[in-house]
Amino acid sequence: MTPGADTTPHAFEAETPRLAKKKFLHDAAEHVRDTGHRAFVRKALGGYYTSRDAQKARFRDWEQARDAASLAKWSAVNRLDELLPTFVANFEANGGRVHWARTADEARTIILELLRDAKAKAVIKSKCMTSEEIHLNAALEQDGYGVVESDLGEFIQQLRGEPPYHFVFPCMHVRREEISDLFGKHLGTPPTDSPEELTMIARRHMRRLYVDADVGITGANFLVAETGQISITENEGNARLTAALPRVHIAISGIEKVVEHLDDLAVLLPMLATAGAGQPMTCYNTLYAGPRRPGECDGPEEMHLVLLDNSRTAILADPEQRDSLHCIRCGACLNVCPIFKNVGGFTYGTTYQGPIGSVITPHLRGLADWNHLSGASSLCGACTDACPVRIDIHHHLLHNRRNAAATSPSRLERLGHRMFVMVASRPWLFAAGGAMFRKSLWLLKKLRPPLLRDWLATRDLPAAPARSFRSQWRARS
Amino acid sequence: MTAGGDTTARDTILARVREALRVPAPLPHMKSHAAVAAAPAGPDSLTILPVEVARPWLPDGGETAEERLAILTENLGKLRAEVQRAADLTAAAAQVAALVRERGWKRVAWHTHPAVEPVAATLGCDSYRLDSTSFDKDALEACDAGITACDAAIAQTGSILVSSASCGGRALSILPHVHIVIVTLDQIVATLGDALDAIRTKHAGRMPSMLSFITGPSRTGDIERILVLGAHGPKELFVILVG
Ligand code: SF4
Repeated sequence: MTPGADTTPHAFEAETPRLAKKKFLHDAAEHVRDTGHRAFVRKALGGYYTSRDAQKARFRDWEQARDAASLAKWSAVNRLDELLPTFVANFEANGGRVHWARTADEARTIILELLRDAKAKAVIKSKCMTSEEIHLNAALEQDGYGVVESDLGEFIQQLRGEPPYHFVFPCMHVRREEISDLFGKHLGTPPTDSPEELTMIARRHMRRLYVDADVGITGANFLVAETGQISITENEGNARLTAALPRVHIAISGIEKVVEHLDDLAVLLPMLATAGAGQPMTCYNTLYAGPRRPGECDGPEEMHLVLLDNSRTAILADPEQRDSLHCIRCGACLNVCPIFKNVGGFTYGTTYQGPIGSVITPHLRGLADWNHLSGASSLCGACTDACPVRIDIHHHLLHNRRNAAATSPSRLERLGHRMFVMVASRPWLFAAGGAMFRKSLWLLKKLRPPLLRDWLATRDLPAAPARSFRSQWRARS
Repeated sequence: MTAGGDTTARDTILARVREALRVPAPLPHMKSHAAVAAAPAGPDSLTILPVEVARPWLPDGGETAEERLAILTENLGKLRAEVQRAADLTAAAAQVAALVRERGWKRVAWHTHPAVEPVAATLGCDSYRLDSTSFDKDALEACDAGITACDAAIAQTGSILVSSASCGGRALSILPHVHIVIVTLDQIVATLGDALDAIRTKHAGRMPSMLSFITGPSRTGDIERILVLGAHGPKELFVILVG
């Protein structure tokens, strides 16, 4: 476990880290068997490729635009020492207040104190993965605060008592009939199978809550150093309402979200929307610079920003994988990942699912317990191709495997490699071993030794050829 | 928050950041190094201004006013916004009044602005004028529609830029069920970068407390990834192009 990392258990995370791998293998197997669910998730993601490609085609050079986007993030992350204080100074000059949190625990404490100071009765939240990372809702509820997730997908997940399935599409695994039942049970609404009507139910339910809430909590997608603004990207308008109507606005952000120039957003915003959901722009991209100004009609009286480390500096300290902090959480790498589509979002047991989650979770929560995620990849590279900021995702999975092998090597694997080297470097031994292997393959199939049992559970051994490759080759030439 | 605790956390985090950055990271793998080569202080500089370099790679926003208008209109249509043309503000006022009649709206909110006042004057229904002293959440929530001005309209993406300083605050363009925005043709710019330039010039460095790029009516795809308009924000967006 990385020092300072969060250890709070979460309903959908393994109780003890040791179990994380076991849980992953078990859930993955279950999920793979559930062909109905897999087909449903595939269908939900089916339209993504078409709309993304249509938007990509509007770029005059998508690949070079990716260069620009990755450089904007690269140059900001590599100058975080300079840009983070600049951002904070400008944000405070705009009238906002900054709170620094080393750990998830500190962040929760800060937010609870802010709620106490605000004498909050009702809290409304818009989608914020950082708050999932610090398990904020559980802490708020424990302290007696009613908190409502306003993003439709997050609201559905909150009612279901589940974390998000996908960090951009939180309830993409849920069928409309289930949502209808859920709303019937919690909101007393009549059943319907129309997504439109279901959306309107949530809309009607939420409107009073925005008006009545005294504190609004949001995330942040970018922190603009030059101007001290925070940028929030959303489609529904719930974040805008959350930051407009309550008296106090609290935003939570990882320290890595800094960009240097406001103009960087002219590149990053359309790329985020195109890569993540096949849109030219997400419906609302909003920049906030502190609370309401004199002369403005409305807006909160106070604006707070919680800046969270929670092991991000550990990733920063690894130059090889530092670029994983460039992530703009578009979700493209999940949408294209064959593993995600087959094992599903919950199997990961992490806040951030999919390829990027598999890269960063071992840094956030310890390589020893989370290295199995490095194996949750076919190394096809679809994620790396899809990433708008050119994070070398699939190579980082290999780097994590290498690092795990270097820090806690498996004795068995080492023994195996040593034996292979011994055999493969002696042609006579290789030939003799091969002959023996061909003869005894049927026996392996029959005996299923414990070492191979997992492997054989989903695979068939081929029939042994009568002659070795080398002798076949000789016969041919 | 105790000031002491805050400072310690800040100092620790900043110290960790400085320590972490002592070893430089390699540049990302790129298709070309055009963006690096064009860095203002040369390729070795960490200060890179991608937007200027990236302009020719991003979606086109049009070179001439006609092109920009055509691209904007096409993009807004694809986003399912309603686009209307009006010769002047008097014509725009008549169009909005017709809309009020047709829909049977009872109350419409608006804000003090030279482009909005003439439209609000002839609504033919009850109206609610917002300014810095009259804001009332409940009153606004009960309105059928909100009329605002804008700061820019961006052809490249079909976005409308509004700000809390010049478009009636934060809630007027998001809380009512319908948003009507008055755009004069001279507000149309090609790209997001141009819109940011315009806002910087207008506010001379001190940004309004909110700037929002609105790209079509509010939407969600959260249920089975099926598009539904009007999740929490306006279900309909009327863009009235005046001039
Ligand atoms: S790693 Fe890249 S593709 Fe994946 S979510 Fe982050 S930015 Fe998007």
